[in-house]
Amino acid sequence: MRRLLITLLVFALAGIAGFFVLTDPRVVSPGPEIGTLPQPDIENGKLLFAAGGCASCHATPGQDDKTRLGGGLELGSPFGKFHAPNISPHTRDGIGNWGTADFIQAMAAGVSPAGQHLYPSFPYTSYRLMTPKALADLLAYIRTLPAVEGRAPPHELPFPFNIRRMVGGWKLLFFDGAPFKPDPTKSDEWNRGAYLVQGPGHCAECHSARNSLGAIVQATRYAGGPDPEGKGWVPNITQSEDGLSKWSKSEIAELLKSGFTPEFDSVGGSMAAVVRNTAQLPEADRLAMAEYLKSLPPVQGPPRPPKPASGG
Amino acid sequence: MIRTALVALGLAIGVSAVVAQSNPIAERKDAMKSVGAATREGAAIAKGEAPFDAAKVKGIFKVYSDAAKKVPALFPDNSKTGGETTAAPKVWEDQAGFKTAFAKFEADAAKGAASATDLATFRAAFGDATKNCGSCHEAYRIKK
Ligand code: HEC
Ligand code: HEC
Ligand code: HEC
Repeated sequence: MRRLLITLLVFALAGIAGFFVLTDPRVVSPGPEIGTLPQPDIENGKLLFAAGGCASCHATPGQDDKTRLGGGLELGSPFGKFHAPNISPHTRDGIGNWGTADFIQAMAAGVSPAGQHLYPSFPYTSYRLMTPKALADLLAYIRTLPAVEGRAPPHELPFPFNIRRMVGGWKLLFFDGAPFKPDPTKSDEWNRGAYLVQGPGHCAECHSARNSLGAIVQATRYAGGPDPEGKGWVPNITQSEDGLSKWSKSEIAELLKSGFTPEFDSVGGSMAAVVRNTAQLPEADRLAMAEYLKSLPPVQGPPRPPKPASGG
Repeated sequence: MIRTALVALGLAIGVSAVVAQSNPIAERKDAMKSVGAATREGAAIAKGEAPFDAAKVKGIFKVYSDAAKKVPALFPDNSKTGGETTAAPKVWEDQAGFKTAFAKFEADAAKGAASATDLATFRAAFGDATKNCGSCHEAYRIKK
């Protein structure tokens, strides 16, 4: 009896230790090899900043200047409320003290300079596809923006989601840390589009259904689903009937430029901010994204909830 | 005979007015659809796919200002759901902001009707007026 108890205790401790080792940020999601980087290209950083929509979440709400990245925007989720942090180059309140390696570690592996996991409400799950060189360019651009004082309020997450270590378990299950690999059998344009859509553009983060742990359901990637913040429905953008099968490549590129659909409806909700960003890209990049989207196989998304009856 | 026809016509108008009154969701969606159709024509002109035509251009801005005058009143409290509406709850939570957004749309359309005398001035005015589409839809519209 006593021996059994001790055995159980040993197993329990080994289990906890195992969980700790496995969920160690540097074990479950090691940062990429950086090597030596060339002089950063600030113009490329600016393009990636637009493609990545960083300002949509990090610009201080209620002001017109989208380059003041003081944070504070509230992001709803089934797990609690997040507040986008200050990522302006302010040395105390923002990321002014971060080195290039710190930034790459956060963007590609979701690990903060203090060695803690970052929550995937920050879409590093997509941004990790950017190469260290691209991320260094992005940081160089952010460093040219104004330093903004003040910190965002802390996240409002109930137990156990308030324990960052838990994210380690999530990463074990769902996080793939590999950077983008071009497909040599496809055109340069297709590869550019695939990179922009999957990586900086993080289109799948909204246009996919998620499981109960908040991870994208891979089988219906891009096939639409409930809005991640719980407001409304995000449409299917695969080549299915209810997706973009009837849209031409130039119609998709037009949407990413002006927000107009082929019926001359104008996209709203959270897509309006995405369009403000993709409108800043060169036309060739919008066409490349459209080229890639036109190549997505048709996938049936989850069924939409029934429409509520009239009234009320 | 003529009298019967007139009565019938009068009734038809009366009936359709009642139907429209009782179906604000369909009515506002129709008004917005005509705004969409006018925007298609405007975009073709702005892109040089259709020739600049002063009368047509005035017509486009008129569709905008007519809708901006008419639509804000078509959101009674009993029309928050149903009829495949895509109006966001914020329409009712922030009526003041919603009406201001329509007033700005109307003002930009009126400015366009007055200033668009050639392709260049039309492009500028059309660009300004259509900025209102995305910014209003961003705040006050949600696909369900
Ligand atoms: C969908 C909203 C969203 C977008 C888009 C977004 N972020 Fe974030 N970001 C967040 C949230 C939320 C956090 C906080 C995560 C946490 O606390 O674990 C965060 C954290 C960060 C951090 C870590 C800051 C710190 O103090 O630990 C950096 C750096 C960062 N983001 C950079 C970026 C860049 C660069 C982009 C654009 C390429 C971007 N983010 C786009 C939501 C977003
Ligand atoms: C923050 C969430 C979010 C992100 C990120 C996002 N989208 Fe969207 N997207 C939406 C929503 C919501 C809609 C529906 C908007 C509406 O119709 O009013 C939408 C609509 C669209 C549509 C129109 C589909 C239709 O049937 O009307 C296309 C095309 C599209 N998105 C492409 C993209 C691409 C490409 C990207 C990546 C560059 C992207 N989206 C990133 C939320 C998002
Ligand atoms: C001040 C607010 C506002 C402005 C400005 C505005 N809209 Fe709308 N629009 C709405 C709302 C609200 C709805 C949703 C109506 C509903 O479904 O009940 C809508 C719906 C639509 C629809 C869908 C109609 C349907 O079939 O259901 C189209 C198309 C449309 N708008 C086009 C435009 C275009 C194009 C512009 C700019 C030229 C524009 N809108 C400007 C508020 C606005």
